[in-house]
Amino acid sequence: MLRGRVVSGVSTVVVIGLLVLAVVTSSGWNDVKDLFFNWDVFKETFPDVLRGFWLDVRLFVAIEIAVLVFGLLVALARFSRSPLLFPVRLLAAVYTDVFRGLPTLLVVFLIGFALPALGWGFVPDSVIVLGAIGLGLSYGAYVAEVYRAGIHSVHPSQRAAARALGLSTVQSMRFVVLPQAVRRVVPPLLNDFISLQKDVALISILGPLEAFRQAQVYASLKFNFTPLMAAALLYLCVTIPLARVVDLLQARDDRRRAAGGAV
Amino acid sequence: MTTPVVEVSGVTKAFGDRAVLGGIDLAVNEHEAVVLIGASGSGKSTLLRCIDLLEEIDDGDVFLDGAVITDPSVDPDDVRARIGFVFQQFNLFPHLTVLQNVTLAPTRVHRVARRQAEERARALLTRFGLGGREREYPDRLSGGQQQRVAIVRALANDPRLILLDEVTSALDPELVGEVLDVIAGLKAEGMTMILATHEMAFARAVANEVCFLHEGVILERGAPDALFGNPQRPELQRFLERVR
Repeated sequence: MLRGRVVSGVSTVVVIGLLVLAVVTSSGWNDVKDLFFNWDVFKETFPDVLRGFWLDVRLFVAIEIAVLVFGLLVALARFSRSPLLFPVRLLAAVYTDVFRGLPTLLVVFLIGFALPALGWGFVPDSVIVLGAIGLGLSYGAYVAEVYRAGIHSVHPSQRAAARALGLSTVQSMRFVVLPQAVRRVVPPLLNDFISLQKDVALISILGPLEAFRQAQVYASLKFNFTPLMAAALLYLCVTIPLARVVDLLQARDDRRRAAGGAV
Repeated sequence: MTTPVVEVSGVTKAFGDRAVLGGIDLAVNEHEAVVLIGASGSGKSTLLRCIDLLEEIDDGDVFLDGAVITDPSVDPDDVRARIGFVFQQFNLFPHLTVLQNVTLAPTRVHRVARRQAEERARALLTRFGLGGREREYPDRLSGGQQQRVAIVRALANDPRLILLDEVTSALDPELVGEVLDVIAGLKAEGMTMILATHEMAFARAVANEVCFLHEGVILERGAPDALFGNPQRPELQRFLERVR
């Protein structure tokens, strides 16, 4: 046990040491250090990049909440059985196919530039809102499919038991199927949100000064890439803890499965 | 003559090209138990599911207290709320506690006040030896306990009759007895029931009528002593030899 720990500790130090050595002894290291890890530039630009990142965080939270609700509605639409709702079912299916098939960047671009051009009065003119709609539409399609997989994973006998008790289709879904489905898809949903957190930067193509855009502006102003590294650091500060949460949830799930839990 | 609680008349059902029920006639009077026996795939489960409207029938009619329930104008949710159904695999809801499993239908379907539904559920659970288990989740219970919870869940709806679909087939042999005792107790109290089972001794003890299903039709029916003691059809004789 102890010996195993010593071996893994020593081998980790050796590997990381070799990697660092390989970087700092490379012929271009001095240039890279100056261009990407310049402390003076970092100090000067970090406050503004952080301010931009605050916009990212707010956008991320708002889009995440909207996507959770919207994705669920789309998934439920695809499970509707009523002939009257056929157009809704069809729309939901086409929506998930199309928006999962398009690059997110392209969706943000189209919503940001093409939608206002239609001249509809109700289209918001804020590029931030338009960008958020684009991202939300793209992620909504993924999240709807995650929900759908979760609903599919609940055994049909659960629905049969609910119906046998006299619960209606809607009640069976709400009280029996959905609670089990949602529990199962929490880790994949969180994974989607880690990538959403990063992809908020795509809104920068529409102009808002979020972290990435702000860093880019400084980078071209100072002929130095350190502001981009500052932005990268900020993204990691959010995405790495989120990834650990996913790991924890998955480990909890595995333990329950190993203990013979039914869900 | 009194109206049977359930009457099945000329019911047929096919899955694709495969006929599963080939014209079933059956009547169950109040306080009586009809037992369905037959090999796996003979149509016992499908018949029970058709009576509870969990499967759509192709032809024929099912009546509950003299009123047709297989007509498209009848609300199937309303019918199912009046019939109890217990499944082979229990089908308890794993995300709900024992108490929540039992009170879900009374509170959501019958609109009983939560307090009242919980009181009733606790009384039923205690009666079936499950007192103190209210807050447990189903995966903490033995198979026999889970199946008893499933029976209590069906009873909490105050059903007109109860359908039991091979409720002991998924249990370890030592747990079969406790569930059969519960069913025998219900019968003694006058609960009307149709049950599909492979437990021949139990069928003989509890049934008012036994029906032998073979390839989707009732080949032979009668009082348990006559049917088990003096089987007429060679198919039934072979079946009884196999299960004895």
